[in-house]
Amino acid sequence: MNLTGKKVKLHDMCLRDGMHAKRHQILLDEMVSVASALDAAGVPLVEVTHGDGLGGASINYGFPAFTDEQYLGAVVPAMQQARISALLIPGIGTVEHLHMAKDCGVACIRVATHCTEADVAEQHIGAAAKLGLDTVGFLMMAHMVSPEELVAQARLMADYGANCIYCTDSAGYMLPDDVNARIGALRAALPADIEIGFHGHHNLAMGVANSLAAVEAGAARIDGSVAGLGAGAGNTPLEVFAAVLDRMGAESGVDLFKLMDVAESLVVPMMDQPIRVDRDSLILGYAGVYSSFLLHAQRAAAKHGVPSADILVELGRRKTIGGQEDMIEDVALSLRAQRTGAPS
Amino acid sequence: MPVNAAIIGSGNIGTDLMVKALRSANVRPVWMVGIDADSDGLARARAAGLKTTADGVAGLLPHVAADNIQMAFDATSAYVHADNAARLQAQGVLMIDLTPAAIGPYCVPPVNLAEHVGRQAMNVNMVTCGGQATIPMVAAVSRVQPVEYAEIVATVASKSAGPGTRRNIDEFTRTTAGAVEQIGGAARGKAIIILNPAEPPLIMRDTVHCLTVDSPDETAITRSVHEMIAEVQQYVPGYRLKNGPVFDGRRVSIFLEVEGLGDYLPKYAGNLDIMTAAALRTAEMFAEEIIDGRLKLAAGG
Repeated sequence: MNLTGKKVKLHDMCLRDGMHAKRHQILLDEMVSVASALDAAGVPLVEVTHGDGLGGASINYGFPAFTDEQYLGAVVPAMQQARISALLIPGIGTVEHLHMAKDCGVACIRVATHCTEADVAEQHIGAAAKLGLDTVGFLMMAHMVSPEELVAQARLMADYGANCIYCTDSAGYMLPDDVNARIGALRAALPADIEIGFHGHHNLAMGVANSLAAVEAGAARIDGSVAGLGAGAGNTPLEVFAAVLDRMGAESGVDLFKLMDVAESLVVPMMDQPIRVDRDSLILGYAGVYSSFLLHAQRAAAKHGVPSADILVELGRRKTIGGQEDMIEDVALSLRAQRTGAPS
Repeated sequence: MPVNAAIIGSGNIGTDLMVKALRSANVRPVWMVGIDADSDGLARARAAGLKTTADGVAGLLPHVAADNIQMAFDATSAYVHADNAARLQAQGVLMIDLTPAAIGPYCVPPVNLAEHVGRQAMNVNMVTCGGQATIPMVAAVSRVQPVEYAEIVATVASKSAGPGTRRNIDEFTRTTAGAVEQIGGAARGKAIIILNPAEPPLIMRDTVHCLTVDSPDETAITRSVHEMIAEVQQYVPGYRLKNGPVFDGRRVSIFLEVEGLGDYLPKYAGNLDIMTAAALRTAEMFAEEIIDGRLKLAAGG
């Protein structure tokens, strides 16, 4: 693989995807110190919101320690060069949330839908583009469709006004060939001024390998997370990926040693549990289950006495998609009823 | 004598509603109004003996008095409902609005239909599919004790979500959340919608989470929920409690499934079925008032 001279824009996820792993309890001063350190390390884009994006505060996904407005209001003014992005999932967040984020000073809005449902994002992508924001269409659980189907959905998002389209491996299920096929198809089909991005999860420990495959196939933006702080087994560990890019002669523009310091000194100490490939996160990747389900499944397992691995496998069998966290307790109750004959 | 009704909109919702109304004892669908002469809905309406027009509401207006149309279901879109309603209400026609326009008050039959009928409301709005499926459960909790916050998650098969819903999904979340508060009785409401493309299509699922102000009375809430399920089942037989109520501190969670009757729409589209069934239920209750002489409409002959 020859990536010499390729330019890669890194987008850090630890303050958004990492919110899943922190049960959305990251404190304001933690947000500001991590974002400032990433900024100083030269990371060009940093995402900040509830794990499920703007408006994600809920019983279903978890109430955060602070509101999106408080997080964005604290982080945005502290940045020197980094631009802050916010995630928005239509059906959860609305255009009003988008305006709030813009008023807080975010430069980039990433509008996320399931990989077959791009048309629910027309309003939101259109509004973000109209506001002059860096507007990203974020197609989640992209392993569930063929490259051709993904391209069709990407075209919709580009038509609505997105200037960048992501292939998002929400389940950490893809292998490098899967990534290569999808990114390659997107790059071939979309106009050259539309950037392509890849968002990985490390559930099969393929985060770095998949991201390299994405760059090779034409992706210009890669998501990762310092120390891997993210849902499931975490995102592509950003400092590791930056080191590999450096070894391969690709250019990310970040200061690798500063990034390592952010990981070791700030992010690892914040972790409530080790973020690694363990039985449950491996099942996510193996069975193609949305990574954010991990901690919810473990809580339901503890409450209802059903193994979390069984809950996750059943969620995969039911073809649940991102956002269906409500089905986790439902599955736990149904499995318990099946096994014990207890009323559900 | 059943009350004569017009159905405006010959799409999926209007056509399913017609099939249901043809079984009704006291509401008789007489007109089907569309804008596409070749639509399947208008063809089915003609086959079922209804009068039809492809000229929109303008094609119906000259016949309102002669055909004694006393109520109209609007299954078009929020954008044209205001105009449809103004023109038909001028002739004394009672409007049952299945669009998200919400000009009239929200109506969720087991919770507040009787109130609207008592006040002789002339335009009632059927909220959203997710609202019809979940607000009865919020009300079942809030009638036992105060609810500080209620949140509903509606998951529907991708195939059952039409272009109107998709293009304006924020309207769903806003309208549903508002009605969770106003009709469900929660101090604060939130709504989430998810479209799942699985094949075969999944049956509509709804989850209702409530946070009670004080510690929940588990026995009373469980009883109230079961009673309310039975109420909804009177007009949506496929409305089922899958799990719960589950209690966790002040959180009460209820897991529902809504299977449709499969009249015109497939059975998995319980989200559409519960709208048409609730609208017909509403019409039937108003019709009883008209038939018994308690409600007199200007249009009434």
